[in-house]
Amino acid sequence: MVGNQEFQGELMMSNQRSATVVMDSEYLKMRSGLLEVAAALDRLERAPGGLVDDPRRNRLEQAIQILHDSEQGRAERLQLLFSRPFNENWKQEFGID
Amino acid sequence: MQYIDPHIHMVSRTTDDYETLAKMGCVAVSEPAFWAGFDRGSVESFRDYFRQLTEFEPGRAASYGIDHYTWLCINAKEAENVQLSREVLAMIPEFLDRPNVLGIGEIGLNKNTKNESIIFLEHVELAIQHQQPILIHTPHLEDKYQGTRMILDMLCSDRRLDCSRVLVDHVEEHTVRPVLETGFWAGMTLYPITKCTPQRAADIVERYGPERLLVNSAGDWGPSKPTAVPDFILEMRLRGHSQSLIRKIVWDNPREFFGLD
Repeated sequence: MVGNQEFQGELMMSNQRSATVVMDSEYLKMRSGLLEVAAALDRLERAPGGLVDDPRRNRLEQAIQILHDSEQGRAERLQLLFSRPFNENWKQEFGID
Repeated sequence: MQYIDPHIHMVSRTTDDYETLAKMGCVAVSEPAFWAGFDRGSVESFRDYFRQLTEFEPGRAASYGIDHYTWLCINAKEAENVQLSREVLAMIPEFLDRPNVLGIGEIGLNKNTKNESIIFLEHVELAIQHQQPILIHTPHLEDKYQGTRMILDMLCSDRRLDCSRVLVDHVEEHTVRPVLETGFWAGMTLYPITKCTPQRAADIVERYGPERLLVNSAGDWGPSKPTAVPDFILEMRLRGHSQSLIRKIVWDNPREFFGLD
């Protein structure tokens, strides 16, 4: 496999906006998104029937924990939480070289 | 700002959409072959589809001053029918010399099955034999990470492939890094619910830089927005990014990958 452009890694480009400017832009959208999640959780609890064995409920709780921690890469970690795992030996299992 | 939408299924859109795209600054589209919403029954259905992509659709686009390019394949959803897939693969070379054909695509995986993988590899072989670039679809939602890693496994184990001629599409936060690290081009699809939003695509540009990154609407017959690329341009402008940076992603990069003058 050949190519000519090297991956530069994470650049963290400056977008010239201060944290206050970003907050001004994002606050109402974040508030709205959080309210949607809160209301949906309330809706789930009001609905008849339990969700004890439903793995999606546990996954949502793990997702909320990811939002709560202070590490970067929350979106990437949420994506991985909602992903099926990758099996390194998939080719052997499929019999594909 | 003039821009190119490098992934949009215009056969599923109205002529009014062409007019709107032209008014928004779109001067070229590239249309990968994809699923019709139902499984086609014979190779002749694909021959008719490829005629639509190479004969009828370029004329409809030209009416609004838009250049129309296309990619040919049988998509992953129909790859479970291995016999039909091989009949389509054998027929594709009839169309590769058409003036608006850019390469083989959008090939890829859907549910990450053995048959999908076999037909993916046979498409890659076809592209190599005919010196064609490749445009790759990565799966949806919970299947995306696994499928993208499988696709990269298959691509990286073939030393004949020139990674500068392969675009891996529909990347998101968890798949963009492995695609760029392995030297391929990466496409971000802007969808209302699934895939990326214009805001998250802008975040990815800020995180990884603009090299080998493209944005597209992947507008089709499902929930999608053909003017999503202008939404991305606006988001980047509102964040204070330069015209030259935005132009690189929506104009220079697709032109470079497609090899357009």
